[in-house]
Amino acid sequence: MEKSKSIITVVGKDQVGIIGRVCTYLYQMNVNIEDISQTIVSGYFNMMMIVDTSAAKKEFLAISQELEELGKEIGVQIKLQREDIFKSMQRI
Amino acid sequence: MININEVIETNNMIEKEKLDVRTITLGISLLDCISDDMDTLCANIYRRITTTAKDLVKVGKEIEREYAVPIVNKRISVTPIGLIGASACKTTADYVRIAKTLDEAAHEVGVNFLGGFSAIPAKGMTKSEELLIRSIPEALACTENVCSSVNLGSTKTGINMDAVKLMGEIIKETAKLTADRDSLGCAKLVVLCNAPDDNPFMAGAFLGVTEADNVINVGVSGPGVINHAIQGVKGKPFGELCDTIKKTAFKVTRLGQLVAQEASRRLGVPYGIVDLSLAPTPAVGDSIAEILESMGLEKVGCPGTTAALALLNDQVKKGGIMASSYVGGLSGAFIPVSEDHGMIDSARCGCLTLEKLEAMTCVCSVGLDMIAIPGKTTASTISGIIADEMAIGMINQKTTAVRIIPVEGKDVGETAEFGGLLGSGPIMKVNEYSCEGFISRGGRIPAPVHSFKN
Repeated sequence: MEKSKSIITVVGKDQVGIIGRVCTYLYQMNVNIEDISQTIVSGYFNMMMIVDTSAAKKEFLAISQELEELGKEIGVQIKLQREDIFKSMQRI
Repeated sequence: MININEVIETNNMIEKEKLDVRTITLGISLLDCISDDMDTLCANIYRRITTTAKDLVKVGKEIEREYAVPIVNKRISVTPIGLIGASACKTTADYVRIAKTLDEAAHEVGVNFLGGFSAIPAKGMTKSEELLIRSIPEALACTENVCSSVNLGSTKTGINMDAVKLMGEIIKETAKLTADRDSLGCAKLVVLCNAPDDNPFMAGAFLGVTEADNVINVGVSGPGVINHAIQGVKGKPFGELCDTIKKTAFKVTRLGQLVAQEASRRLGVPYGIVDLSLAPTPAVGDSIAEILESMGLEKVGCPGTTAALALLNDQVKKGGIMASSYVGGLSGAFIPVSEDHGMIDSARCGCLTLEKLEAMTCVCSVGLDMIAIPGKTTASTISGIIADEMAIGMINQKTTAVRIIPVEGKDVGETAEFGGLLGSGPIMKVNEYSCEGFISRGGRIPAPVHSFKN
């Protein structure tokens, strides 16, 4: 992969095991987690991970798709996005 | 390091406030396709477009997925066909054949619109340009994805009134030939003054002769994002309102720039400009009228509307210019009626009139856009409306345009349905006093005194 840093966001109702299941999947894919933060916005659980996908076992788009499906299974929304979009919009 | 609140804000803009990239438009020069033989010309055009743009839609979808931001349209603009067909086309049917070739190429690569079935008779009209213009009604009736535009004047050249007169007739004819679809052909046809060479938005997109072989131009959008931000400064003084719009426009434009650079890199095509226009869609929450109303207007069209739009347009530019070094195209606020539910509501209740819209075009980024008028409106009255709009552009050194639809068989009070992004709109009242004597004079209106800058 040419670009490494990406952002995973998980939004939904808080429940046991969300982080565990996402982290297990990332471990299986050999994606390194560099930072995790979380907050509650209007009653919803919001988690953000900064991850490095450069050594990942699958293509970016495949991981993105599988995370989305994992989200549906757990009942939360999971998104994988390249970090650039946030840097571009939020930094001068 | 990016923090969680910034991530939440950006994703809210995309998911809740309908932030999107409205179009990635690939400009393709057709100058090297020119031939004096129709078969060769059409084959060249088809090959050039289908090879250059073969990955456009795929790359657009990849970027969409990787950044999780919608890229609504992937489009193509080409060199004005009035130049490309000059040698081979001897009849209007020849030009229609080129339009069909463009349509087939657009279908093949999967884009939803292709712009550039265009002529640029801003001062004088060549024979081939006149042929192209006369072929427009048929060309737009028998194609699906082709858009047509005609540049009728500029601050430097004045206004070609012969072409203005002709376009009144052509718009009427286009409406007639697509009467079964509420005169939809006219929604794919725009006349302009000071048309930009790098506009990515339809129907006025074409790749000007000042441009390179291929170029990527990106049009952003985001009325909902601006509206949401403005709602946070309700009742606050103008300075604060302006700051809010600028900051938001900055973020929106940065997204456009990122997408433009990525598309450019992946397609191996140079990046031209970001067009930082606010383009509405018929969806609620994606409206320019809503922004103006959030500024404190009861309904768009009431007194204060022109001032509010002037402020919005200027702040969008100021915020956007900071975000990207290459800003171009139309860049400002669009005020199409049928594509904006707030405009539709206001036109329906009589608050927004054609005359008020004309005043608004003095300060918005384009002009009279997607306005349905009675089918009985005469060609000379349409030419009069066009001449007024061209005069505003010429004198104020800005782009102006007219995309007006005289809906066959319908009158004031009825509704025209265009479907999809083109929306639907009430038929608006037109002043019926005649300008025939003025329009039929012939010749051109000279360039204004402030154009002599050499």
